[in-house]
Amino acid sequence: MGKWLQAFLFIAFASSIAAERNPRTERISGSAGDVLEDDPVGRLKVYVYELPSKYNKKILQKDPRCLSHMFAAEIYMHRFLLSSPVRTLNPEEADWFYTPIYATCDLTPTGLPLPFKSPRMVRSAIQLISSSWPYWNRTEGADHFFVVPHDFGPCFHYQEEKAIKRGILPILQRATLVQTFGQRNHVCLKDGSITIPPYAPPQKMQARKIPLNTPRSIFVYFRGLFYDVNNDPEGGYYARGARAAVWENFKNNPLFDISTEHPTTYYEDMQRAVFCLCPLGWAPWSPRLVEAVVFGCIPVIIADDIVLPFADAIPWEEIGVFVAEEDVHKLDTILTSIPPKVILRKQRLLANPSMKRAMLFPQPALPGDAFHQILNGLARKLPHQKSIYLKPGEKILNWTAGPVGDLKPW
Amino acid sequence: MKLSALHQSYLSRRSNSFRSSGPLDSASDAGYKSSAAVFWLILHGLCCLISLVLGFRFSRLVFFLLFSTSSSNLYTPPLRSAAELAKTLDVHSVQSTNPVANTLQLPLPNKTATNSRVIVGRHGIRIRPWPHPDPVEVMKAHQILERVQKEQRLQFGVKDPRTVIAVTPTYVRTFQALHLTGVMHSLMVVPYDLIWIVMEAGGVSQETASLIAKSGLKTIHVGFNQRMPNSWDERHRLESKMRLHALRIVREKKLDGIVMFADDSNMHSLELFDEIQNVKWFGAVSVGILTTSTNSAESLDRKEDEENPRMPIQGPACNASNMLAGWHTFNILPFAGKHAVNIDDRLTVLPRKLEWSGFVLNSRLLWKGGEDKPEWIKDIDMLDGDVESPLGLVTDPSVVEPLGSCGRQVLLWWLRVEARTDSKFPPRWVIDPPLDITIPSKRTPWPDAPPELPAKEKPEMGIQDPIVKHATKTRTSRSKHRSKRKHETRTDTQASTRHAEQN
Repeated sequence: MGKWLQAFLFIAFASSIAAERNPRTERISGSAGDVLEDDPVGRLKVYVYELPSKYNKKILQKDPRCLSHMFAAEIYMHRFLLSSPVRTLNPEEADWFYTPIYATCDLTPTGLPLPFKSPRMVRSAIQLISSSWPYWNRTEGADHFFVVPHDFGPCFHYQEEKAIKRGILPILQRATLVQTFGQRNHVCLKDGSITIPPYAPPQKMQARKIPLNTPRSIFVYFRGLFYDVNNDPEGGYYARGARAAVWENFKNNPLFDISTEHPTTYYEDMQRAVFCLCPLGWAPWSPRLVEAVVFGCIPVIIADDIVLPFADAIPWEEIGVFVAEEDVHKLDTILTSIPPKVILRKQRLLANPSMKRAMLFPQPALPGDAFHQILNGLARKLPHQKSIYLKPGEKILNWTAGPVGDLKPW
Repeated sequence: MKLSALHQSYLSRRSNSFRSSGPLDSASDAGYKSSAAVFWLILHGLCCLISLVLGFRFSRLVFFLLFSTSSSNLYTPPLRSAAELAKTLDVHSVQSTNPVANTLQLPLPNKTATNSRVIVGRHGIRIRPWPHPDPVEVMKAHQILERVQKEQRLQFGVKDPRTVIAVTPTYVRTFQALHLTGVMHSLMVVPYDLIWIVMEAGGVSQETASLIAKSGLKTIHVGFNQRMPNSWDERHRLESKMRLHALRIVREKKLDGIVMFADDSNMHSLELFDEIQNVKWFGAVSVGILTTSTNSAESLDRKEDEENPRMPIQGPACNASNMLAGWHTFNILPFAGKHAVNIDDRLTVLPRKLEWSGFVLNSRLLWKGGEDKPEWIKDIDMLDGDVESPLGLVTDPSVVEPLGSCGRQVLLWWLRVEARTDSKFPPRWVIDPPLDITIPSKRTPWPDAPPELPAKEKPEMGIQDPIVKHATKTRTSRSKHRSKRKHETRTDTQASTRHAEQN
């Protein structure tokens, strides 16, 4: 009897000791719950339209650079869906319909995508699917989704004023948009859109990992432009003046390792930093967020009203530090006044492997990666409301709305 | 990076729509013969003058207020399509009450209804009046860094770190303070518990004791009755004996931890102490050998001849499957006949084939009658003769564990630099009493300065003065390193240089 008691006490003691050890990571639960590890298979079915290759393959053949720039998500999403178990070949049982258009693959010689032909391309594709299949006209696109990862998403322009003036492409008004751009109360972010991270090459980042016991000795790290001298030499336009403010206020501060250089040890340096600045540029989003999350550096997000990727699944306020653009000049005070306990907690959340996986687009796809988070987001919007199904003959979308140039055939 | 590339080429495509495109510019391009153009020109000049006075370009402000049909894109609020819900108006004002210096202070319109709080357009660049680090915040940041690093060590560092037992043979000589301070500072920063066993040849001395006392570490200072001989060979032998004696102390006191040999002229990296925590019984690390030579031209020639003009490394060698395959030892052949025999020789000092400092051992190996002691360790008390390297302590050298990613990381550097045996130095490196005679040098670097001014000078601080020659204590230190010779000359009336330079 006494022996059992002793054994029990010993086990209880040992387990309490084990429980007290510092957990390395913490579970991530956003407003949608603990959904990062949900498996979308079985929860939705996606039908992939077979478009002629001029909309996707031929464009990619013309310029294979599209596979490695930060808008490559549209191409990889297509490839993922083609071989995914959620794909169905029977459109009658599909919950969502996907149209594979590589609208961001018209690149300049330096590799930047030109969005001028994209509206016509999308229009022409939708005309095709609405005439060849009945599913578009059934709902006017409310159960269709499109991947539009460009600067301002479905507004199809790189300049913010022009993008705002254009607004979201009228024929996409009812569809679900999967885009990188996200800013609250902005024309180019529709209600119900899914915000995704920009594409960052997973193998390149994996290859540059340094041992985890390398001490983090850089306080704040940033590499990038502060003034865009070609387009906005005086400053004030680029990044709404926030990046220039960072430079002017902190260029003499040894705690801030900031410069415009392109070091070869960029990834390694990020792994040695505690905070990584992710300020807005011409658009509020940036691949720096993905890099910071993958390398365990706490992202300091300086972009007012930004909507971060998978915001309903990932509690960004608990993981990153948000600084208003008007408070940039006080950045050092803000960052040094964060209690160390909070910083350690943020690092624990970042260390969670499901967090890192959710930001990446690995090939082949892994469970919990960004592809699956997109599908989870789509699955959470199911079941479709009955009101999206239009009565026969009913039309809501105006096919002739928008600038005249968009109406030309592609 | 990507964003920069992205936007750099927008130059060719971006229109200048956001530049000031008021009627002013277009009008000035138009027929400049018309009086209206002249009027505009004069107005423009006036505006420029006013801007100069005010300090910012107010022309845009004026034109906006005058021609506020929103033709200029500067302050266009984001237009919302009619289908969107009307959100409450909340104009994001850039111009807050913060003190701002030298920025473009352009007020934003608060008359048009906007639905977004973030305005597209030109914003001011806020710079606070004193954009420099605040020392209190810097301290806080360093505390944060320390806490983060401590957490990293807890999570990814060594679990259950063992005490480090450092064994250092030393003796009193000119360079002792230099070398011992270096080792001491390295040991003081080690994040693990440390016991420092200092063996001193020639008996315990106050010099060494006072140096060591500053470390704040747990020290065991033991004297060894023999004096340190003059030749390197015998020196190495005596040091080996001293180290064995230290191992006996470890055995007597039953110290528990990892024994490493920190020679007082070696340089250790902190990763060494992290790495040796991984040793199970007997481990070896790679040591970089810094051989010095006086004639740099000679060494350069030699370097060109060798295939591998790199720093020689001593340590374990591994085969492809990361198992110990052999040893990298020091190759004496290139130095045949040209190496130092005595301490005073100005030639290269060579290490032994395998230096003690490259080995670490678990102190339990030394205990008497340990239960799970491996059989291959020899009993120290049985060892009588000269143990050249720690490999003499084991019967089977293949049991040694290679550390530092199998010897690929060099974690410490071996160096022997000594002053001449007859060189003297002020005891405890304190110049007391202060120097009171200065003799000006015969050759001053300034030809105009008066050559001889035998004034009596009592320097206040003995240490900050350049070393002046005085009758009582001469110091002609000659080191094998010729590179560091500082010419310290005073710009006062007496010019006094180091007399040693002229030797």
